[in-house]
Amino acid sequence: MNLDFKRVERNAAVRKRVFTGLDYCFLVLWAILVLFPFYWMVLSSLKSYSAYNSEYIPQFFTLNPTLSNYVDAFTAVPLARYFLNTIIYTVVTTGLMMVVIIPAAFAFARLEFKGKQLAFTIFLSLMMIPNELVIITNFVTITNLHLRNTFTGLILPSVTSVFYIYLLKENFEQIPDELYKAARVDGTTDFEYLTRVMIPISKPTLVTIVILKVIECWNSYVWPRLITDNPNYFLVSNGIQEIRENGFGRENIPAMMAAVVVISVPLIILFLVFHKKIMAGVSRGGLKG
Amino acid sequence: MKMKKNDLKGWLYLLPAILFLGVFMVYPLIDVLVYSFEEGYNSASQTYHGIGLYNYAYVLHDPYFLQAVRNTFLLVIITVPVSTGIALLISLGLNAIKPLRDLFQTIYFLPYVTNTLAVGLVFMILFKKTAYTDGLVNLMIQWFGGQSVDFIDGPYWAKMFVLCFYTVWVVMPFKILILTSALASVNPDYYSVARLDATPNWRIFTKITLPMISPMIFYLVITGFIGAFKAYSDAVALFGTDLNAAGMNTIVGYVYDMLYGNSGGYPSFASAAALILFVIVLTITCVNLLISKKHVYR
Amino acid sequence: MKIVLKNLTKVFPSRNKKEGGEVIAVNNFDFEIPDGKLIGLLGPSGCGKSTTLNLICGLEPPTSGQILFGDDDVTHLPPENRGVGLVFQNYALYPHLTVEENIMFPLQNLRGKDKLSKEEMRERMLKAARLVQIESLLERKPSEMSGGQQQRVAIARALVKMPRVLLLDEPLSNLDARLRLQTREEIRRIQQETGITTVFVTHDQDEAMSISDMIVVMKDGIIQQIGAPQEVYDDPANLFVAQFLGTPPINTFDGSVKDGLLYVGDKAILETPGVKDQPVSVAIRPEGFIPKAGGRFVSHLERVEVMGRDTSVVSTHPNSRNTFIRSIISANSKLVKDGSNVTFDLYPNKVFIFDAETGARIRFDLKDGE
Repeated sequence: MNLDFKRVERNAAVRKRVFTGLDYCFLVLWAILVLFPFYWMVLSSLKSYSAYNSEYIPQFFTLNPTLSNYVDAFTAVPLARYFLNTIIYTVVTTGLMMVVIIPAAFAFARLEFKGKQLAFTIFLSLMMIPNELVIITNFVTITNLHLRNTFTGLILPSVTSVFYIYLLKENFEQIPDELYKAARVDGTTDFEYLTRVMIPISKPTLVTIVILKVIECWNSYVWPRLITDNPNYFLVSNGIQEIRENGFGRENIPAMMAAVVVISVPLIILFLVFHKKIMAGVSRGGLKG
Repeated sequence: MKMKKNDLKGWLYLLPAILFLGVFMVYPLIDVLVYSFEEGYNSASQTYHGIGLYNYAYVLHDPYFLQAVRNTFLLVIITVPVSTGIALLISLGLNAIKPLRDLFQTIYFLPYVTNTLAVGLVFMILFKKTAYTDGLVNLMIQWFGGQSVDFIDGPYWAKMFVLCFYTVWVVMPFKILILTSALASVNPDYYSVARLDATPNWRIFTKITLPMISPMIFYLVITGFIGAFKAYSDAVALFGTDLNAAGMNTIVGYVYDMLYGNSGGYPSFASAAALILFVIVLTITCVNLLISKKHVYR
Repeated sequence: MKIVLKNLTKVFPSRNKKEGGEVIAVNNFDFEIPDGKLIGLLGPSGCGKSTTLNLICGLEPPTSGQILFGDDDVTHLPPENRGVGLVFQNYALYPHLTVEENIMFPLQNLRGKDKLSKEEMRERMLKAARLVQIESLLERKPSEMSGGQQQRVAIARALVKMPRVLLLDEPLSNLDARLRLQTREEIRRIQQETGITTVFVTHDQDEAMSISDMIVVMKDGIIQQIGAPQEVYDDPANLFVAQFLGTPPINTFDGSVKDGLLYVGDKAILETPGVKDQPVSVAIRPEGFIPKAGGRFVSHLERVEVMGRDTSVVSTHPNSRNTFIRSIISANSKLVKDGSNVTFDLYPNKVFIFDAETGARIRFDLKDGE
């Protein structure tokens, strides 16, 4: 054994320390890149209109923060309306979706009936259909039904999700058969079994689905944009686009940023509270939008 | 009799889902095909005067569509490899540390939950050059002695750069999350054995880590291609709703513009364009799957 | 290559963050593993035996103390420079590589003057494969093999680089009972053929006793006893070791010593000369009972289980710490009944007494001839 022990040991230790240092630098750099837009958004929203526009060289901090932009955001443009619309849209869509997908997932996971396999295969194949393909006809359908600029028209096309039915079915199937058999022996009906056994047991998955759907609703842009041209029915996404293009008269960037902060905050709070659940749900589900 | 009752019950539970999916997914799927072959469809009178491939021919000769295809392909070719590569680097970096790992992971995931349109505005401000200011990014370019450029209303390459940059920023959280959990699920014993066998780091990476997480990498590449081909709201956030004027339209943007807005009212053209997109995405996904069969372990 | 552990200690921060504190996984280990021997590290799960293994191979740094391979101090040497082979409980075979590629893997890492040619690598790989008798499976992937076969591949992979020390972590626990017997013989054979100093970890006392040259019994990070398997069985250092070794397990009782006599309940059962009066724990091996009319040990008979060669007598005793007492007697000796009771005499060398508080062994003189 002709190793110089001391040297080997020292080299290994030095290499490890250098590597770890570089690693942290890299990670911090990316964290800054991620967080900086958020910082800039809040910072700009706190600068007064005149202060912002007089900064030829943008300043990284402000000594005279003002909340006046937030006042503008709620008074000069109907931000509160957009906000309220989005809440209504999100709550109703998510609620309806749960009502639709839970029985469907239950039927696939637990009930035996003729044509189940075929139905499930068709459901699965629908998962591959891109939204862009069906949105055209939906647009025409909703227009022909005179449902443009109504909540009904906004909500109806997004109350089913094949993907969430699939996710929930997988979860339901993990509940052991014995529970179902025991319940049947006790004379529990299928519906009671669903509401009193399966739903409570699957609560974590249901919560995850709700959160993911809420995020999806809050950020949806394409459909609201197509189906509404009356600002009374705008959601936050097309609302912010409207503000950008027609709001605040001159390009009032600080006020715009205040609006951006306001519509970003609810989801960021949701995220901070549920980040473990959201991240687990997304990595399990693995889909965006 | 008993069987029949059970069958009925099953379908009853499925009924709401079937109704909604039928009206808003299956019927539209057929209808979009029909639209795409109806020539001269008039959405006001709901009449058409022929069946044929004219809609496809029109779309394929429309300079706006060709521009959109060019933009979309550029975006796909740049952002998918770049974002997957950086995400892999970051995940490896995360995997190598213990303290603060959860904090970094949470921060990195933040863009996933934010409104694409809203944060896109912030990016626009950071990159835009106005009468009052050159914007923060240009300021930094000047620090390093470069020439300032208007990234939002300026030359094509600059606009494409911002679009790619923002797209990468937006898709990163998902990729980092997936790759970090893929890396974490590799049994640590493999690394212990490899270390005891004095395996050099690069060899551990190429011979053990990469093969083990290759299914997830290919999954990300496939979903990344699909997602990038459908890019739209990122572009709207940066360049506004009139993407054709900015020369930054995407295929999906072209579809929506044909449907609605100032240039809208042509569901037939929109359908043809959407179907062309669908065929492109399908082809590329199949090619990806074929390649992955050859190279992915298991 | 002998291995010396000097005052080796490993402390982990406690998992329960709120309570704080720390867990001492390995507490002040001091022993020497002679060159070319097979050593079994034995103890219940969580006793620190796997940690000890990780310290020896360098995957964990010790909190304090020293590890020597021969005369080399390897305490702070990275694992890749130690020249140890490790076989994991789950084998940790690379699932995407064939058996051949798995065994070759360590050889392909060699660089510089140790670098081998393709032919040499193949030669060494085949030699290792032959040693563990898997040369017909070289093209298979790990998922296409049985647990026992995977185990052999793992051993071949560990041996192919000719390690100075071979470490096995619960090598048999994932195998079924029959394969376990067969594989442990196999491990013994391979170890003797190669002469590599080998340490293996197990919670199964049968396994440790049957193939080790020496066993180390551990509990809560502390070495309880070191010695040849039979020695430890016949002369346990404390109550824990006595209880841990032997199937069926040793029978334990509350007892006391008074005037040189050992009492269980109000009956004296054995002479214990030289032991001062005190309460004690009494442990009697199942094979320590001799059926005898008027014997001093009386218990209430529950049932008799005939096991072929031997007979297992199940009885109860008010001072027993176990629900049942198990006595193994040869099939042709006759059980002596007294009403519903059975009576025995005891082999004094199968009876151990321990301090009632500390569990430490209290020795007494055996009379000659017994």
